[in-house]
Amino acid sequence: MTTIEKTTSATARVGEDDDGTPLLEVRDLHVEFHTRDGVAKAVNGVNYSVRAGETLAVLGESGSGKSVTAQAIMGILDMPPGKIPQGQILFRGEDMLTMAGEERRKIRGRKIAMIFQDALSALNPVLSVGYQLGEMFRVHQGLSKKEAKAKAIELMDRVRIPAAKERVSDYPHQFSGGMRQRIMIAMAMALEPDLIIADEPTTALDVTVQAQVMDLLAELQREYHMGLILITHDLGVVADVADKIAVMYAGRIVETAPVHELYKRPAHPYTRGLLDSIPRLDRKGQELYAIKGLPPNLLKIPTGCAFNPRCPKAEDICRTDVPALVPVTEQDGTELPGRGSACHFWKETLHG
Amino acid sequence: MPDMTKSQSGGTAVDTAVDAVAPPTAVDTAAPGAASQGKPRSLWGDAWFELRHRPLFWVSAVLLVLLLAVAAFPGMFTSADPRNGDLTNHFLTKPELTHFFQADWFGYDGQGRSIYARVIYGTRASIMVGVGVTAVVTLFGGLLGMAAGYFGGWIDSIISRIVDIFFGLPFLLGSMVVLNAFTERKVYVVIAALAFLGWTTIARVMRSSVITAKQADYVTAARALGAGTGRILFRHVLPNALAPTIVVATISLGAYISAEATLSFLGLGLADPTISWGIDISDAKDAIRDNPHVMLFPAGMLSLTVFAFITLGDAVRDALDPKLR
Amino acid sequence: MGRYVARRLLQMIPVFIGTTLLIFLMVHVLPGDPIRAMWGEKAADPAQVASLRHEFGLDQSLPKQYLDYMVDLFQGNFGKTFGGRPVSEEMSMAFPVTLRLAAVALTIEIIVGIGLGAWAGLRAGRAADTGVLIFTLIVISMPVFVLGYLARFIFADELGWLPPNVQDSMNLQQLLLPGFVLAMLSMAYVARLTRTTFAENLRADYMRTALAKGLPRRRIVGVHLLRNSLIPVVTFLGTDVGALVGGAVVTEGIFNVQGVGNLLFKALGQREGTTIVGVVTIFVLVILLINLLVDLLYAVLDPRIRYA
Repeated sequence: MTTIEKTTSATARVGEDDDGTPLLEVRDLHVEFHTRDGVAKAVNGVNYSVRAGETLAVLGESGSGKSVTAQAIMGILDMPPGKIPQGQILFRGEDMLTMAGEERRKIRGRKIAMIFQDALSALNPVLSVGYQLGEMFRVHQGLSKKEAKAKAIELMDRVRIPAAKERVSDYPHQFSGGMRQRIMIAMAMALEPDLIIADEPTTALDVTVQAQVMDLLAELQREYHMGLILITHDLGVVADVADKIAVMYAGRIVETAPVHELYKRPAHPYTRGLLDSIPRLDRKGQELYAIKGLPPNLLKIPTGCAFNPRCPKAEDICRTDVPALVPVTEQDGTELPGRGSACHFWKETLHG
Repeated sequence: MPDMTKSQSGGTAVDTAVDAVAPPTAVDTAAPGAASQGKPRSLWGDAWFELRHRPLFWVSAVLLVLLLAVAAFPGMFTSADPRNGDLTNHFLTKPELTHFFQADWFGYDGQGRSIYARVIYGTRASIMVGVGVTAVVTLFGGLLGMAAGYFGGWIDSIISRIVDIFFGLPFLLGSMVVLNAFTERKVYVVIAALAFLGWTTIARVMRSSVITAKQADYVTAARALGAGTGRILFRHVLPNALAPTIVVATISLGAYISAEATLSFLGLGLADPTISWGIDISDAKDAIRDNPHVMLFPAGMLSLTVFAFITLGDAVRDALDPKLR
Repeated sequence: MGRYVARRLLQMIPVFIGTTLLIFLMVHVLPGDPIRAMWGEKAADPAQVASLRHEFGLDQSLPKQYLDYMVDLFQGNFGKTFGGRPVSEEMSMAFPVTLRLAAVALTIEIIVGIGLGAWAGLRAGRAADTGVLIFTLIVISMPVFVLGYLARFIFADELGWLPPNVQDSMNLQQLLLPGFVLAMLSMAYVARLTRTTFAENLRADYMRTALAKGLPRRRIVGVHLLRNSLIPVVTFLGTDVGALVGGAVVTEGIFNVQGVGNLLFKALGQREGTTIVGVVTIFVLVILLINLLVDLLYAVLDPRIRYA
């Protein structure tokens, strides 16, 4: 595996595409937080994978475990109180959870990079953006201060920040929200990583700026042929960019599907609820649908299917048995590749 | 104008502890999604939960109860006379550490007085000065700070400038100058002198936390609903601005006791016949080489008292500040 | 920046005048007659008292006295002591000594305080953190004079490592013990403040970003964490000068340092108003200037602060 490590990213990418191993694979990941009120089970057996050039959107409400999963992949979980009792996170087939700290650090930023939601607080307020961008090159590539600065300007140009040369010494608070998010993206792109995790990259932005930032992200992803994990609660953002979607609820994946199929025919009542709560022009005047109830308390996740107290279709089995994520088929049994649902009544939901 | 806005910081040891105090505005629950069910937790309820689980809080609380009892009823803790010594028998007798609660437990001082009795009887003056100064300062400084913070404008300007002027004067130095003018320094004189120079700390803390609380949305909402000044101030602003003031007042109390002892030590604070640890420590300084115990016990008791108050304030501050959890 | 400094200097003038007036009033209005006190218990000659009063301007009205004093002050004249020596001469002997002592104390305070605080802050909630917390609580609980005598007793009298008195203030070794004692209280506060900001900033989002960037721990702590955590500490150091001054009076007394503290203490004993006002005036000026300096340093450390 170390040989792959050492080869340049470009050749590695090509090789990997052919042999079919996913870039990143999360297997049965569990994360829990030990708080004074008890153990909060934030992630309860998540499986997903991303290939090079592919975009996986992870969808869910706050507290669904989507960000915690990302932090676990990144290795930036606060431990304690966080704990990973079981699971594997394979990057190019190698489990990062069993790696030595130093080995793992070298992957962070260089191979897997992350874009955070709130760029204002995610960027260090007392260091210039040029310094923070250049730091990537200085630390990972051993460039001099001067070279790093030149690279930083180049990066800022790349993400289309006007007057990059003049603004390289400015501080984060001197930029607008959209520009700051571009800087975050530039920082993540700096070393042309294989995988980018974007945690709600546009949530803190104005709607008009959101589209620009998403377009930029998608464009750069295509150009560098990177894998992208896009974490969001916004179904609108997902439709344009994602290849496949994983919907999370209470620390589990409840549905997976290629992006358009999910919109067309959801196979889980929760996904259906999410889709129905999008305001639509053709239903103007009607009352907006909302999923009743509140997201579950992670200290006391309901028995059976975690969604059962809020589910319109819940029956007795839902309160006792945890549904597994099973492949979903057409009525006639034809396979639907890439689709899965963790609902006892997926057939009724999908076809009913 | 960064000079007044970042305010809480100061010239005396007292104020400095304040820097870490932020007016607690929201309680953050650590577990994601945990807030949705179960009993809602209030700031004070949370703080009490935190406090109960801190050993240092219990140490200081027990110490304080004990000290207050000693200050109130010193006769219950010793039958020895703290003032009249027996020069012939007891001159600088070493302590008998096994004679619990006896006159010679801590030995005798240069004038043959029981050190244990003096330590016990000295508690009252220290506690009185500490509590007295804190009460005056909290009331006076608190009101001025509240007025400055709430009303703003010229009221704030005037009060803030007066605070600046008093603040320019180092606390200990100023009280030395004031006390130097009095020949008869009773407890209330020392209280007045320390309060005269100490009120600015509380005023600054109160001012800045009132400003923070005033800007909160619920205050705007209350005003929009037609609540009057008095109601807004005492029902909405004050309860939310109180936490930092309480913390600073508790920690200051310890610092005032320390200041009184220092002044008495320098001959500028309490004087005979008042029994003060500071005086006893000062009397002991020439004998320290051969008889360290003469200084050890009053100094130890003094430090223990200051420790109790500062630790209590510290524990309360940590409990009230959700950021530190 | 230049305009900000100018404005701040202008703002200092009323505070300076107010504080000196306050100290002037405290010395002159409060009960006790310094001239009478020169005779102690003995009966004074009224004619002699009157002539001395006149000599020191004490027979003038208070506003006139203050005005005269301020006019003299701006010409660099601090007046004379009762012994007839110019106050400025006495002060120029004593101030450098105190300055050296303060420098030693400040160095100890910064190095030990920040070091200890950082060490504890990175281990927040663990045994080392609790240890530092209790240590600082104990230090803060001990009044300077207790600490001073304790240190002198242990390190000078018993162990004999350091000299108990300062004969030569140019000798760094002699200043070490009083400097250490003077530093202890502030050092404890610096340690606690550093510990708190470290522990707090450790959870900041930008720390998570730094981690996600794959920076080595040394760099995350030494650059990202330290730069942010130093801001409140620097502010504290500036505002702490006042406490340092108060502590210096006591420390200088214990270790027989011939500095301003000693000068002031002697002047208090003799109720010599001119020296008291002179020394305190200089202190006030120093404190005001240092506070300005700290505010400017604040802007350097924190780019979000802009002074227009």
